[in-house]
Amino acid sequence: MATQSPTPGVVPRGARRGWAALPFLTPGTLVLALFVAVPLLLVTSYAFFERGRFGGVVYTFTLDNFVRLADPLYLNVIATSIGTALIVTVLAVALGYPTALVIVRLPPKWRTIALIAVLLPFWTNFLIRTYAWILLLNNAGWINQGLQAVGIIDEPLKMLYTQPAVIIGLLYMYLPLMVLPLYSSLSSQDAQLTEAATNLGSNPFRVFRTITLPLSVPGLLTGCVFVFVPAMSNFVIPELLGGGKTVLIGNLIRDQFLKARDWPFGAALALVLTILLIALIFAQQSASRRVIEGPRERKVKRDA
Amino acid sequence: MRYKAVSLLATAAIASLALSSCASGGGEEAPLDPDADLTKQSLVVSIWADYSPADLAETFEAETGIPVTIVNHATNEDIMGKLTAGGDSGIDVAFVSGQYAQALNEAGLISSLDKALIPNESNLYEEATQLAYDPGNNYSMPYAWGTTGLCYRSDLVAAEPTSWNDLLTPAPDVTGKTTMLATERWMALPALKQLGMSVNTTNPDDLAAVKEQLLETKPTLLAFDDTTFYTKLVSGEASLTQAWDGWCNYGIAEDPNIKFVVPSEGSDLWTDTMTVLKTSKNKEAAMAFINYILEADVQSWVAENILYKVPNEAAMAAVDPAILEAYPNLQMTPAELLKQEVIVDVGEFSPEFTKLATEVMAAG
Repeated sequence: MATQSPTPGVVPRGARRGWAALPFLTPGTLVLALFVAVPLLLVTSYAFFERGRFGGVVYTFTLDNFVRLADPLYLNVIATSIGTALIVTVLAVALGYPTALVIVRLPPKWRTIALIAVLLPFWTNFLIRTYAWILLLNNAGWINQGLQAVGIIDEPLKMLYTQPAVIIGLLYMYLPLMVLPLYSSLSSQDAQLTEAATNLGSNPFRVFRTITLPLSVPGLLTGCVFVFVPAMSNFVIPELLGGGKTVLIGNLIRDQFLKARDWPFGAALALVLTILLIALIFAQQSASRRVIEGPRERKVKRDA
Repeated sequence: MRYKAVSLLATAAIASLALSSCASGGGEEAPLDPDADLTKQSLVVSIWADYSPADLAETFEAETGIPVTIVNHATNEDIMGKLTAGGDSGIDVAFVSGQYAQALNEAGLISSLDKALIPNESNLYEEATQLAYDPGNNYSMPYAWGTTGLCYRSDLVAAEPTSWNDLLTPAPDVTGKTTMLATERWMALPALKQLGMSVNTTNPDDLAAVKEQLLETKPTLLAFDDTTFYTKLVSGEASLTQAWDGWCNYGIAEDPNIKFVVPSEGSDLWTDTMTVLKTSKNKEAAMAFINYILEADVQSWVAENILYKVPNEAAMAAVDPAILEAYPNLQMTPAELLKQEVIVDVGEFSPEFTKLATEVMAAG
């Protein structure tokens, strides 16, 4: 009986539990397989084949699509995308953190109203909201008209169709995705911690620095990922607010599929983007785990 | 040549199409039966949005008894994605520009047209049956045609533009107030014509010269714009734009100061055509549909309401003279159009045009 498990019954019981859970797991697994794994595998495989003359792929293996990625032209676009998304994320933190903090401190009734206000723009089609920015920012737009009317400027400011216009558009679009995780992280903090710190003589700034901020880091990191990922791959805003004078990686991928009819190269670009973003999410998760555990627990874990 | 901002939304749809498996279509075509009972057939027609009479399906069914479903595509690339994804797209008749019809034919995806079932082809101008992408209209039937030129606010420019150079090296009064088309073949067109080259060039040196010119032009542009340039003219944001003639007419409709000119160096001649898919099981009805569209009163509606020139002599003769007066570029004769270079598919060279557009747009 040397091969028998020291705790018989565990394996069969566990297996039985697995089977019992099957009906509940199947839908989720199917959804993940159908909408995540299959498309991802297809895109991955397309990246290794040659382009068809009229779109589609010819099933001849090649690494050419990845060689082309090394072209400074495309590296430059990737770098611009990362840079733009970073700026948008930093600005979203700068604007979103105080917003979330204010909302958490509001009385409950106002809190609901404030949260609805944050979400309200999502109820309108995003193309329409982007066109609204065109109305605001253009040379004959409301902002320029207003500034000229009160005599602050003589010549209209050139705002639309510039890099800052793209950043404003992306920031506006994704700011709620920063505010909401921050709100949920801030509102679930134990109020007694800050109370205790205050009772023990900490000033508000110190309370924020040593309690509120560290505890909100996971929400902050989630918000950063939520903003950075779509900001990096958006292709509508660079086109509408950037006047087509700024190309981000999203535009590049869209153009490969829709204009160049070069699916494999588009797939290779999409693959690079996916890998970059997956790496980012892993980094975010390990960073927030580290923050939650704190240096002490990490040491305990290491010693164990 | 019609684009919609919503085309951007179509990307998700295309991406998912891209994922659908590639079955092989085709096979030998059965000959058409001129005596087929058309009322037993039905059609799915894909056309650009707002590019045909809103009641087209009803009037066609009333006349022929053939039920038809109209679906819309936003761009040529959009419909090409659907048609080349493999298998049966479910579409019987697709409207695509001439050079795309040429590509579809080379890919073996569209049928030759049975002229016996399309007697109304005789309504077309002689010139419209000999266009370079499909001489003889063997597999595509022209629906509308036009050219590319400069659309400008005559009250905002110091001198009326006459040359592509007025766009590429703008005078100080219009600098920062010009737009160019963003679609690669048309983005390259002004510089190609300015340098005396063909719009259908397949010479990399030509594109290198174009790139050099466009990198000089880019800082002087307000934007690259395919879809809203005429509203920029109306608002006064832009005063000189590169434009398709029909789109310029939308600006003229709102501001009579807007004018259109074909630059002296010449331009392109583009054609939007009707094609019948090989996978269609309703080819007789499809031919009947094309024949119906070529009726003088159907196509004159297009000229009067969509403000595009139609290659249909009988239809153009029926257009209200007041409309021709208001939109002078509708008066361009086929002979004048034929002076421009017919845009054709450049096949394997087309990625080079895309790369050029990316290089220009991504340049700092």
